[in-house]
Amino acid sequence: MNKIKSLADLKKLQSEVQSKIKLREKGDNPDSLIQIKVSMATCGIASGAKETMTYLIEELDHQGIDAIVTQTGCMGYCYAEPTIEVTIPGQKPVVYGFVNKTKAQEIIEKHLKFNEMVDGIIPAAYATINN
Amino acid sequence: MAEYNMHILVCGGTGCKASQSELIKTNFKTRLNEFGLADEIQVILTGCFGFCEKGPIVKILPDNTFYTQVTPEDVDEIVEEHIIKGRKVERLLYKDPETHEIVGDSKGMDFYKKQIRIALRNCGFINPENIEEYIGRDGYAALGTCLSEKTPDEVIRMIKDSGLRGRGGGGFPTGLKWELTRKSVSDQKYVVCNADEGDPGAFMDRSILEGDPHSVLESMAICGYCIGADKGLVYIRAEYPLAIERLKIAINQAREYGLLGNDILGTGFNFDIEIRYGAGAFVCGEETALIHSMEGKRGEPGVKPPFPAEKGYNGKPTNVNNVETFANIPVIINKGAEWFASIGTANSKGTKVFALAGKINNVGLIEVPMGITLREIIYDIGGGIKDGREFKAVQTGGPSGGCLTKSFLDTPIDYDNLVAAGSMMGSGGMIVLDDSDCMVAIAKFYLEFTLDESCGKCTPCRIGNKRLYEILEKITEGNGKLEDLDRLRMLSTVIKDTSLCGLGQTSPNPVLSTLDHFYDEYLAHVTTHKCLAGQCKALVNYAIDTDRCTGCTLCFRNCPVGAISGERRAPHYIDKSLCIKCGVCFEKCKFDAVLIA
Repeated sequence: MNKIKSLADLKKLQSEVQSKIKLREKGDNPDSLIQIKVSMATCGIASGAKETMTYLIEELDHQGIDAIVTQTGCMGYCYAEPTIEVTIPGQKPVVYGFVNKTKAQEIIEKHLKFNEMVDGIIPAAYATINN
Repeated sequence: MAEYNMHILVCGGTGCKASQSELIKTNFKTRLNEFGLADEIQVILTGCFGFCEKGPIVKILPDNTFYTQVTPEDVDEIVEEHIIKGRKVERLLYKDPETHEIVGDSKGMDFYKKQIRIALRNCGFINPENIEEYIGRDGYAALGTCLSEKTPDEVIRMIKDSGLRGRGGGGFPTGLKWELTRKSVSDQKYVVCNADEGDPGAFMDRSILEGDPHSVLESMAICGYCIGADKGLVYIRAEYPLAIERLKIAINQAREYGLLGNDILGTGFNFDIEIRYGAGAFVCGEETALIHSMEGKRGEPGVKPPFPAEKGYNGKPTNVNNVETFANIPVIINKGAEWFASIGTANSKGTKVFALAGKINNVGLIEVPMGITLREIIYDIGGGIKDGREFKAVQTGGPSGGCLTKSFLDTPIDYDNLVAAGSMMGSGGMIVLDDSDCMVAIAKFYLEFTLDESCGKCTPCRIGNKRLYEILEKITEGNGKLEDLDRLRMLSTVIKDTSLCGLGQTSPNPVLSTLDHFYDEYLAHVTTHKCLAGQCKALVNYAIDTDRCTGCTLCFRNCPVGAISGERRAPHYIDKSLCIKCGVCFEKCKFDAVLIA
């Protein structure tokens, strides 16, 4: 490790290392950020949910969009895997089915950036105990 | 570098470490490796989360899952269920003790809701053994700003404006202390960090050093810049091995990154830090005794003045601050004095870390804004009294402090209110007592501690406290007389007035405060020879209420000396000549038939 020679160097290192713990800071205020849940049960994983999730994480990071990407259990839409649930702060969650890389890209470009819903939404067909 | 998409934080504080948290971390790593997830999920050992009652704690991010009382064997289930399948392991989630509802997210826990974490900002969040994580959280930015953009006088002005007062107990304004040391003229000055946390039941400073050692190092360097010192010393007790270990790692990393040593950040400022070990004497928390101990002399206090700010370590001007005080400084510099001063009460700004212990549901480490009430701390954060018993008092300030009773439950807590209530802030130990605690015995306990810890240099403390203890012993054994109570008060006052240092000047406080608030208990001990709480064995006699006794034989079966006799389904009796007053029958009886007489 080279010594830090100035305040500017310190600030540079800070912005480099910040990404390593950004995930934790995001987790500290989940309500103010876009949340994406990827359904990762057996059927989801078999249909490529893992690739979708990795793509989402990398692409969002690449584009500098602050969002929390987590995995969740089976959402029940096994016919439409991989499924993801997108929650924009202050809005109701929206579930998308058949989310491959192309679809994921479309969701990022339209839904996350401009709050425009795209095709492929699965309407909520049930109530949960929380609502 | 690959981005981790999930972080598993395992508590590495002393409490959780004792419950195998290190093995938990290893197990996580092994299992994740087996599933090929080691590159995607980062496992980190952090500092104390504060929720020691339910340790070991494992927190999973970004979904903020808070697992409690995790064992190394639980790791398999967490990995297979939560990590792989995304299903939280419900049995390990925190359950609200009152509603019994599962609270998976630490944000929803009452324990964390009322806390504001300034000094503990990084504890349980970063890996304390990795300087880069500290830097990522604005670490060393305050030092950088001070060195490059501010004059020492400006920094001292900021600390003064923030209203920060010493967190070690006395509450002396920190900015003023720095200014006094700055004004002393000398070729060499020192910055000392007092990490000699000695109050029984207090572990605030240890947790900060274990969870965020760099915040203390950074502040010491800032202090050095302000007062004109190039040398810092951390005085820490040798019985804090983990804190010492992490402090050493931190010092080495800071040197490696050029944040300690010569020409820091290219500004020409030199500062380095060494560790000095204490042997764990309580009196060495007093700054003059601490300095003597560091000089290799006996840990005895000296006469003030001269204050350390004029003549301290090796006769040179020395600024001594406590760990928690230091941990607040970088935040004040980064966020501004006004921000800090907006938290708290008129004369006590910011937050205070308390170690909650005793008869309370959530034993742990908390940081709350000054001005919070005792009721909020005990019932909202602490989760109330253990086993549904009744709150009696809370002891603050350790052996130098006093007790706060029910009538103080709604008093806002700050330096001045606690002193007005006959106690003190102290370093922040809070021991909660319930109706089964005898206040005379509590006073005796603290005095016993003082007796052990008195250095013996001055007579009032060495002999006076011994006499005080003997009177209390007499009372708890049932041989006390009414005039003993007056004698206790008089002797206490003399010791307070004539002792040399803070230890003796405050050691009678637990006696005086219990005399003030619980005079009836003292009175019962000396007049009717009864201990209302049933704790003073010599004054207690157990008897069985024959009307209530169902003859279940539970007491008979549990009595270790066979003092209980009686037929099944018929009232039992205790033979007083055999009874050793252990209280087992009282605890075991399901019908409240065993009476304390």
